[in-house]
Amino acid sequence: MQGRMGRENKLDGNASAGTLQAIFPFEMTEVMVTCAGCGASNVIGETAAYVSGMGTIVRCPSCDRALIRIARLEGRSYLDLRGSRVLRIHADG
Amino acid sequence: MEGTAVLGRLNWQLGEVVATRPETPRTKSITLDVPGWTGHRPGQHVDLRLTSEDGYHAERSYSIASPPEDRSRVTLTVERIDTGEVSPYLTDELHEGDQLELRGPIGGYFVWEASMGGPLFLVAGGSGIVPLMAMIRHRAAAGPSVATRLLYSSRSLGEIIYRDELDRLTQSSPGLEVAHTLTRETPPGWAGYRRRVDADMLRDVAWPPDQNPLTYICGPTPFVEGAATILAGLGYGPQRIKTERFGPTG
Repeated sequence: MQGRMGRENKLDGNASAGTLQAIFPFEMTEVMVTCAGCGASNVIGETAAYVSGMGTIVRCPSCDRALIRIARLEGRSYLDLRGSRVLRIHADG
Repeated sequence: MEGTAVLGRLNWQLGEVVATRPETPRTKSITLDVPGWTGHRPGQHVDLRLTSEDGYHAERSYSIASPPEDRSRVTLTVERIDTGEVSPYLTDELHEGDQLELRGPIGGYFVWEASMGGPLFLVAGGSGIVPLMAMIRHRAAAGPSVATRLLYSSRSLGEIIYRDELDRLTQSSPGLEVAHTLTRETPPGWAGYRRRVDADMLRDVAWPPDQNPLTYICGPTPFVEGAATILAGLGYGPQRIKTERFGPTG
């Protein structure tokens, strides 16, 4: 992985994992996300991610809907999950 | 593996630069000693954060090149992007004894460990070799019986990262085969491929589909999507193909 968090660029969900894992206490690339639009389920590592100085958008690889939006401003994280119907997190380890 | 997914939230921590090594004219390896490093899995990455005097932060993600056997020593290989904010600092200004903020290890999807077996097929485009090198180094230390093939696409001979080490490992580590392709310039007498990765090349180099190989592809987005699409068309099950894409930002 090289310089993934520079100007906006289509990457994969692996690039969003550090930002997500600063919020959620779980390994996030294997979290299954179900798209609220088309219903496709993918692990976050297989989604598309757009990372810029403004924030990170994780998109559905099937229909391109924004599944997860994360912005950071003045020490706070803003997480918009309206594009995700379900997050399946393996959390009982 | 999902079974190891509970980790806790990531926090920034400090590492100290203990070594730097130029790999090619545009890439440099940086080894950090990270006190309290919890260990990583080959294929994982870290986020680095630089803070300017006025408090402005710039974050970038870099794959880990070193194997977990190096314990608290974590080596990253950074490609210099001339117009970048972070990579020129890392490749030009950083010296032994400097401290860097990082968080990680990150990722569990694009990961290979010796216990996952093989045969292993690794496909790298440019600096996409970095996480695959962690797998190759880990294999040499912990899983030398896993038959492994690497197909590595570079622009020119001088841009092949880890070239000498890969040559050495193919000599010393039976069961590791490396095929290079050069896409822009080839030296006289070059015996490797001399074109972009295509279906004929993948058919030549990949393990046959009936051996059910585990495949990891890393490189720029079009490279990865091209190789993954070709392999799917050749009959490789998508469940056994893992991809990691990145863009050349700096």
